[in-house]
Amino acid sequence: MNKWIMFVIFASIITTFADKAPPQAFVGARIIPVVGEPIEKGTIVIQDGKISAIGVTDSIELPKNTVVHDATGQVIMPGFVDTHSHIGGGGAGDSSKPLHPETSVFDSFNVLDSAIQKAQAGGVTTANVMPGSGHLMSGQTIYIKMRDGRIIDDLVIKSPEGKFMGGMKMANGTNSIRQAPFPGTRGKSAALVRGLYIQAQEYRQKIIDAKGDESKLPPRDLGMEALVEVLEGKRIVHHHTHRHDDIMTVLRLQKEFGFRVVLHHVSEAWKIAKEIAAAKAPCSIIIIDSPGGKLEARDLDWKNGVALEKAGAVVGFHTDDPITDSRLFLRSAAFAVRAGMSEQAALYGLTMAGAIMLDLQKRVGSLEVGKDADLVILSGAPLSVYTKIDETWIDGKKVFDRSNAKDYLWAVGGYGAGDNRPVEYCCYGKGKQ
Amino acid sequence: MIKSIILLIVFLTVSLNAQLAIKGEVIHTMTGEKILNGVIVVRDGKITAIGSSEQVIIPENCRVLSAKVVTPGLIDARSVVGLGGIFNQAKDQDQLERSAPMQPELRAVDAYNSLDPLVEWVRQFGVTTVNTGHAPGMLISGQTMVVKTYGTVVDKSVIEVTKMVVVTLGDSGLTSKGSPGTRGKAIAMLRSEFVRIQNQINARKKAEKAKREAEEKAKAEAKTTGEESEQKAEKAKQSDTAKTHSPRNIRDEILEQVLNREVPLLVYANRHYDILTALRLAKEFNIKIVLDGASEAYLLTEEIKKANVPVIVHPSMWRTFGDKKNLSMENASILQKAGIPIAMQSGYESYVPKTRVVLFEAAIAAVNGLGFDNALKSITIDAAKILGIDSRVGSLEVGKDADIALYDGDPFEYTSHCTAVVIDGKVVSSTSH
Repeated sequence: MNKWIMFVIFASIITTFADKAPPQAFVGARIIPVVGEPIEKGTIVIQDGKISAIGVTDSIELPKNTVVHDATGQVIMPGFVDTHSHIGGGGAGDSSKPLHPETSVFDSFNVLDSAIQKAQAGGVTTANVMPGSGHLMSGQTIYIKMRDGRIIDDLVIKSPEGKFMGGMKMANGTNSIRQAPFPGTRGKSAALVRGLYIQAQEYRQKIIDAKGDESKLPPRDLGMEALVEVLEGKRIVHHHTHRHDDIMTVLRLQKEFGFRVVLHHVSEAWKIAKEIAAAKAPCSIIIIDSPGGKLEARDLDWKNGVALEKAGAVVGFHTDDPITDSRLFLRSAAFAVRAGMSEQAALYGLTMAGAIMLDLQKRVGSLEVGKDADLVILSGAPLSVYTKIDETWIDGKKVFDRSNAKDYLWAVGGYGAGDNRPVEYCCYGKGKQ
Repeated sequence: MIKSIILLIVFLTVSLNAQLAIKGEVIHTMTGEKILNGVIVVRDGKITAIGSSEQVIIPENCRVLSAKVVTPGLIDARSVVGLGGIFNQAKDQDQLERSAPMQPELRAVDAYNSLDPLVEWVRQFGVTTVNTGHAPGMLISGQTMVVKTYGTVVDKSVIEVTKMVVVTLGDSGLTSKGSPGTRGKAIAMLRSEFVRIQNQINARKKAEKAKREAEEKAKAEAKTTGEESEQKAEKAKQSDTAKTHSPRNIRDEILEQVLNREVPLLVYANRHYDILTALRLAKEFNIKIVLDGASEAYLLTEEIKKANVPVIVHPSMWRTFGDKKNLSMENASILQKAGIPIAMQSGYESYVPKTRVVLFEAAIAAVNGLGFDNALKSITIDAAKILGIDSRVGSLEVGKDADIALYDGDPFEYTSHCTAVVIDGKVVSSTSH
C-alpha cells in the first residue's frame, strides 16, 4: 500500500517536471536589453519560453532546479527582427495583374529552406516574410518565428485572437512599372492604387451599413476582406519605395486612406528625413555595399540611418534575404554606425524598432520580463567584424549553436549548406521528432 | 659613420623633391614586418623612402597625411567595375556581350568607363588597382585588363591592356537556346576551338618548314645552274610568303597567345566538377589558367595544388544560389592553408550591389579562418603576384608606385573608415568613407 502511495507521489513529481521544464539562466554576460541600460555583469532567466528574470547577476536569485549556463565574457541581446525577408522562397501575386490583395506568401513558403537555418545562425528570430516587389500590391506577408518547424503553421506568429499575423506588401517606383496590365508610369501606378482603396472603402462601408444583418452584407471578396483589415489598421502596409518622390507618394496615399505603413528600403530617405519623421512613418532600411544596381537606388546612402535617427523617425533594418545574407544582419547595423548612426539606435533598429513595425513590441524586440525568450548570445561586441554569434534561442529553445557541427555548416557554408534542411521523420520506428 | 652620412645625403635629396609624406601609427608594408610609427615619403609618383619616424625624416614643404593604419593601395583581382555601370540599364552594361558564345577578342580597354561612379566608389575604400573586364556568363566572354582606379583617360591609367581571357564553365555559361546548352557541349566547343588554333599553328609551321626547304633547295640549285635559277628561287620565295601569311584574325591571335602561355585563361567555375574540367583543359593544352570564383574549391585542394593553379576566390558575401549554393566563407582560408596562391575579388553582380568592395569581402574571409595578415595579403601583394604586377604594386617599398590607403582603425573592422587614398603619388580621396 505504502509502495503505491510512493509511486503515485513519485509519478506526479515526474509529470510536473515533464510538463514544466526547469528554468534556465545565463549568468555573467554583458546584457544589452535594448529597452533599458546595458547590464555589465548580468543574469537572464528564462522559463516556459518567456523571460522570467533579468538583472545584475548578484541581484538575481535562481530557483533551485535552474539549469545554469556560464555566459561570462559573452554578450546577450534580444533576437533580431528582420522586417523584410524573402526567406522560404515564397511568392504571392502572379503576372496577371498589378494588385493582388487576396494572395499570401503563406501558401508558398518552404519550411525546409536552408535560409532559415542560416537566419538562425545570424541571430534572426523573427521575420516579416514578403512576396516580391514586382507588383503594386503583391500580396499578404507573414510574420514568423525562425523555428525549425515541420509545417508553415509551426512558424507563423499568432495574434492573441489566434489569427496568423502578417502585413500587406506594396511597391512603387520602377519595379512595378511593366508591360500592361501593369502600369507604365508613376501617375498610373498611384491611380490604380487609389482606385483599389476607394473600392475597399466602399466595401467596408457596406459592411458597416449592414449592421450585422447578413442579408445586407456584400458578397465575400477575399481581396476586399484583406484590404478592410488594412483600412482598419489591423494589417500594416509594408511599402517598397526608393526615390524621394516615390516615398512622398506613399505618404500622400497613406494620408488619403489612413492605412498604417512601414517604408521599406527608402534609398533616398536622407533627402526627406524631416517629412518622413513628421508623418510618423517608421523606416526599414537596407545596407547595400554599393549604390545603384537599379535606377532608383542610385542615391542609396549608408547615412540613411543617421539622417532618420536625427530627424526622429523610427529606424529598423532588413536583410531583404537573399539580397543580403541573414547571417550578416549585424553587419547592416554596423555599417549604419560607420556612417554616423549611434550604436544605441542601431541596436534598437535590429530589434525593438522591427518589433514595433510588426505590431509585436509586446512580445519581442527587447529583454524584459514576460517577453518571449528570444536571445542572441554573442562572443563579443555586437558591431565588430570579429564577433561571432555563439547561440540563438527562440521561445526558450536553442535553435542554433555554433559549437554544433551541423549548425556550423549553416553558419559558414560548405558542401550541403545549399540544400534543404534534412527531414528527420517523426513517426517511424523509434525516431522522434 | 660613413653609412649614416650617405643616408643623410639620401634624405636631404629626398627632402628637396618630396611632394607627399604619410605618417602611420602602423604601416603594413607587406614585405615582412609592419612598421610602428612609420613614415613614407613619395616623389614623382614613387615611394622614395619608408621606415620608422626615427629613420625617415619628413621633408619640409610637403603635404603630410596621417593615419592610424596604412596599407598598400588595395588590389581587386577580379572585377567588372567600369564595364558594369551603376545604373544597371541595358546601355550601361558593357560587361557581357551575348551575341556569340566565344568572343575572346573583346578587349576591356575599349569598354571601360573610367568615370563610372562605381570606380570612384571602390577607390574611396582604398582600391587602387583592379583586374577588370568581361564578366562570366558566356563560354568565352572577352578579356580583362589591369588598370589603376583613377584618371579620365584609360590609356594613361591602364597597366596591362590584355591580362586574361575569361572562360565560364558551369550553369552560368550555358544557354537554354542554342549552344552550349550542356556542360559536355561547352567543353567540346572550347576544346575544338583550341584544336582549331593548334591546327593553324601546325599548318603554318609545316608551311614555314616547307618554305625553308624549298629555299634551300633553290639556293642549292642556283649554285649549280647559275643566275637564271636564282631569280626563279626568289620568285618561289615570294609566292610562298603569300601562302604562309594568312590575313590577320584578332580572335585567333588572342587564342594563340593563350596557347603560347602568354595570356592565362581566367576560368569561372564553381561546382567541383567544373573546376576539374578547368584543370583538365589546362593540362590538355598546356595553357595557364587562373580559377575564378571556385566556390567548391575546398573539396579539391590536392588537385588544384598539384596543377599549380592560383585561385581568385569568390566574394565571401556572395549570394548562395545555383552553382554557388555550397559556397563557404572558409574557402579562402582552406585554400591558403593548402598552399594554393589566392587573391580575393569583388566579382560580378547582376543586381544590387552592382559592385562589391574587395576590402569588405577580405574582412569576412579574415574572420573565417584566413586571419588578418593573409587576408590583407590577398588584396595586396598576393593579388599582385597572381596578376604579375608585383614589381610595381602590392607592397610599400622604395621604388614602387606610391599607391597607398589610409585608415582610422583596423581596415577590416565594420566601423573603421578609409580616410585617404593615394595613387601614383596623387591624393585621389581625402574624405572618410
